[in-house]
Amino acid sequence: MMRSSKYILIGILFGITMFKSEAVSWFRIYEMFNFQSFHMYGIIFSAIAIGIPVIQWIKRTHMKSTEGTEIQITDKDKHAPRYIYGGIIFGLGWALAGVCPGPMFIVLGSGYTVLVVFLLSAITGTFIYGLIRKYLPH
Amino acid sequence: MAPQFILDSIAFISQPWPWWVAGPMVALIMFLLLKLGKEFGISANFRTMCAADGAGDYSDFFKFDWQSQGWNLLVALGAVFGGYVTSTYFAGADGNIAHVSSATVESLRGLGMNYEEGAVPLIPPFYSWESLFTLPGFMVIVVGGFLVGFGARYAGGCTSGHAISGMSALQIGSLYAVIGFFAGGMLMTYVLFPLIF
Repeated sequence: MMRSSKYILIGILFGITMFKSEAVSWFRIYEMFNFQSFHMYGIIFSAIAIGIPVIQWIKRTHMKSTEGTEIQITDKDKHAPRYIYGGIIFGLGWALAGVCPGPMFIVLGSGYTVLVVFLLSAITGTFIYGLIRKYLPH
Repeated sequence: MAPQFILDSIAFISQPWPWWVAGPMVALIMFLLLKLGKEFGISANFRTMCAADGAGDYSDFFKFDWQSQGWNLLVALGAVFGGYVTSTYFAGADGNIAHVSSATVESLRGLGMNYEEGAVPLIPPFYSWESLFTLPGFMVIVVGGFLVGFGARYAGGCTSGHAISGMSALQIGSLYAVIGFFAGGMLMTYVLFPLIF
């Protein structure tokens, strides 16, 4: 129970952060892709600017997780096509939907029940990808 | 009546958060998950949900130990609670407002969305059941959702997995993915939006 509640609390913190910074807003995403405000870039860049030294620190000190094992940071495969093609499809969806996967859950919780349809569409998209992935360049 | 310091704290949290608060919080969330032995990536939940519904019968891509991903479903569940908590307790005086720039207010007019400055809603009116059966609503909700789910898995991650976790770990693949995100996003915003809205 204690283990579960930690993850739920992290999710709540994530939800409050994204909501109060307006990163859940379709209009903020529209503004970002129009390069009309630094706001969204500030969130992403400052997270990365802190994330880079934090990850170096974890790697160099061989930091252990609370499970007692060394924290593993999996290297992603370097082959470009899947990232480019998949990234473009994701970007089309991100701009159109105005929510990426995290905010879908957050906006649903704020009372917009139609987000259930967003989630079902996203799950369907993932399912179709699973069916046809062997025909796609990776 | 709640003690004054609690009311003050609620008022403090309820202000719009600047980027320099939100960005470090996102980095903290990534660190907390790493410390618990997990990697931050929300879209992996869609694959888990497919697997949990028996999609393994249709593709080996969904044959994995999805129960080991329960922690990530809990993060997503927490995000739902976070949305509830914020809209219920931390809505603030402005409530449902996105504080976008005046340039954005102007661009929105070009799409036929006429808002006064300072009155752009946080959540757009087309996020509703009624809009689902209009062209913009259907495109945003059904097509947009589908592209997000398809693209995230094809690219091997979404904003949290690539733009935050992957870029922080200096992964070249994540940089390619983020370039793809922006190429797709700009194509949608500049070329396709005038056709949809």
